[in-house]
Amino acid sequence: MPLIRGGQFVDDPFFFVPDGKAYPDEKGAIVTLARFQGEKETLFARGLPVGVRLASSENPQVLKADLPRIAAVVLEFPRFRDGRPFSWARMLRTRFAFKGEIRATGDFLYDQLASMARTGFDAFEVRQDFALDDFRRALAEMTNVYQPSADGRRTIRDLRAG
Amino acid sequence: MARQMLTANRLRDGAVLYWRGGGWVETLAEGEVHADPAAADAALAAAQSFVARNEVVGTYLFDVQPDGTPVKEREIIRARGPSVRDPILRKDGGKQAAAPVPPVPEDPYNVSI
Amino acid sequence: MYRYDEFDARFVAERVEQFRGQVARRLTGELTEDQFKPLRLMNGLYLQLHAYMLRVAVPYGTLSPKQLRMLAHVARKYDKGYGHFTTRQNIQFNWPRLVDVPDILADLATVEMHAIQTSGNCIRNVTADHFAGAAADEIEDPRPIAEIIRQWSSLHPEFSFLPRKFKIAVSGAAHDRAALKFHDMAVEIVRNGAGETGYRVYVGGGMGRTPYVGYVVSDFVAKPDILSFLEAVMRVYNEQGRRDNLFKARIKILANALGADEMRRQVAVEFEEIRTSGTLTVPAEELARIDAYFAPPEFEDLPDDPADGADGMPRDIPGVDPDFLATNVHPHRAKGYCIVTISLKPIGGVPGDATAEQMDALADLMDEHGMAEIRVSHEQNLVLPHVRRKDLPAIHARLTELGLATPNAGLITDIIACPGLDYCDLANARSIPIAQKIAERFADLDRQHHIGELKIKISGCINACGHHHAGHIGILGVDKKGVEFYQLQLGGSGAEDASIGEILGPGFGKDEIADAVERVVEAYLTLRQGPDERFLDTYRRVGIVPFKNVAYGQDLHAAY
Ligand code: SF4
Repeated sequence: MPLIRGGQFVDDPFFFVPDGKAYPDEKGAIVTLARFQGEKETLFARGLPVGVRLASSENPQVLKADLPRIAAVVLEFPRFRDGRPFSWARMLRTRFAFKGEIRATGDFLYDQLASMARTGFDAFEVRQDFALDDFRRALAEMTNVYQPSADGRRTIRDLRAG
Repeated sequence: MARQMLTANRLRDGAVLYWRGGGWVETLAEGEVHADPAAADAALAAAQSFVARNEVVGTYLFDVQPDGTPVKEREIIRARGPSVRDPILRKDGGKQAAAPVPPVPEDPYNVSI
Repeated sequence: MYRYDEFDARFVAERVEQFRGQVARRLTGELTEDQFKPLRLMNGLYLQLHAYMLRVAVPYGTLSPKQLRMLAHVARKYDKGYGHFTTRQNIQFNWPRLVDVPDILADLATVEMHAIQTSGNCIRNVTADHFAGAAADEIEDPRPIAEIIRQWSSLHPEFSFLPRKFKIAVSGAAHDRAALKFHDMAVEIVRNGAGETGYRVYVGGGMGRTPYVGYVVSDFVAKPDILSFLEAVMRVYNEQGRRDNLFKARIKILANALGADEMRRQVAVEFEEIRTSGTLTVPAEELARIDAYFAPPEFEDLPDDPADGADGMPRDIPGVDPDFLATNVHPHRAKGYCIVTISLKPIGGVPGDATAEQMDALADLMDEHGMAEIRVSHEQNLVLPHVRRKDLPAIHARLTELGLATPNAGLITDIIACPGLDYCDLANARSIPIAQKIAERFADLDRQHHIGELKIKISGCINACGHHHAGHIGILGVDKKGVEFYQLQLGGSGAEDASIGEILGPGFGKDEIADAVERVVEAYLTLRQGPDERFLDTYRRVGIVPFKNVAYGQDLHAAY
């Protein structure tokens, strides 16, 4: 699946490893929370980047202690109407100061990309025919924002204050 | 066996539509009554091509009595337009108000307490 | 009132274009209906029983003459010549075409209006006391904080896909005219022991399938901290509100499951973090800046009317219908002024409707008398907040010509009714014709005055848009095998003494419900301990039993 990261299509440095499957050679692994919790040390011992994939019902709070060693947190949108990942991303960024990749996977819409970027997502698994121009357009539809989030953008109130 | 009709809304303007002969008409009176459930289901299946072409939304079947009057109050109102009589303000009997419509039947279930 | 600056104007204009793009993508099929639906809802666009319906926000219920004229224009150009004011300070147009909606929104944007977040699972249009800035019993005008909340909640990136809709109301008065305790969250301006004003916050109120009266989640939030506090509540809700069952997804269910103590604890944790980060602090200068927009008009130094009654209200003004004075004219904080309720409940009319002509004429009337604002109340009426008493005869005369002087505010014919099965796709039964029937039954004004304050509220389904749970007499439409039935509930209140009505028993047919209501009212008249005992008071004193018996046809004396 194509991956947009930092506003560009990039080669995915990770491989999602479903529970019970073997780790790939030479590539970072993304695993489910359950597997991560069971095989944490083995994973880190591989010396390759580690990613954890959270279902929308899984609060990233549980990763708190391990975050410094985690390269990517993948937040899953089971349905685009499930808005929990927005809060999880925001929490990772502002509460835990997580600097790694926050990736969106699953069912989300063009119309949600701007909010995702605002709450801290910086990587997006998109469908095959998705154009980078559309990605940029989605982020530019609204020039200004009223409220602070995880992106550190100046809000309309900041702008008013000059 | 219940008779059924098929309805939907036109995507562009929301207008209520009824199925007839592989297409749509704008009044209940012109709509097709399916006596046979298999025919009703076939109409519903055929209507999906209009959904796929983004012409209509919200297709569904509803029950009608032998004289073609909908069983449910909801469908009677949908067909006739709002039932609101407003001598004071309203001008919106609905587009259907101009067309001939079956009379509202006596409530078959109106049981007094 | 608030005026957009360049940032607000650009925001709304871009939002219109964004929606125009979404409509275009829907028409080409790039968006499926399933994908488009939440997007159109977030812009107030429904597909109802007959057609699309567009719900436009009237933030905190305040409109200028220019805005009112624009609503009239929209009604005329894109709809069928009228608009319907709802119980949440919105106006609904029942017949717009999807293809026209972007143009309608663009027209509205020219007068600083929009439909942003009037539906959808997001923070909805913030409502406020409709007497704000005028009421004699007010600590502070709640609209500045409502505006601050409006801005904070607009396209909030974290809270646009909540488990369910989220409604916020604000009030700054002792008497609750905003139904605070029936909102997902409510902000009440209060004064603490030290004499500072701040906010009491309630959560978890709501109607619908499982009605709850909200509880206090903080007794006092300091002014600069209010957005931090609200964001904390939202976060707890977004993370933990139920998403597995539509009927259990509102915050009231979570609030009740957690209990007040646990809710307060969790909110406090989030609040502390946000407050310390400082990102949402509302500086005093910002509050003052917004406050300035809502500064009251320069009140003239007018003499008090010598004929005033004990409540400070004029009782007798030549040329003004005394019945109108008694019910539709209310005390104002400034001498020589009053507040006027314009009833949108003419006997036999549709509760909450106004025609384009009426809206235009009201805008003219406002201009003639130098009135800058009109309000929309959650009781589906309009309110002129600052009326010089000496102008009352002229204003009353004009309202009479316009069919807008029905003297029934707060009386039994001032009925709240949702659109019901005549318009609403979710409805089980009609509301409006029932309201009309009951109003006609009690049309006699002497009888209405004899009955006194009595709030009837009607919903066409359990979603309770007509606030039936909070009606002194509440009526709920239900569907029995495709036929309309009506449940009667008694003893609800949406005011500061909030309570949820109790269901009387089996439902009534559509031709029986008005009779049942009349029997209940007659029983009240027999049971009350004097004309000052309101229906609600009598109900609370004697309980449901006598009413139950008479409603189902027994003789009161035999029953009681
Ligand atoms: S209460 Fe039900 S019928 Fe009435 S407007 Fe709301 S959803 Fe529609």
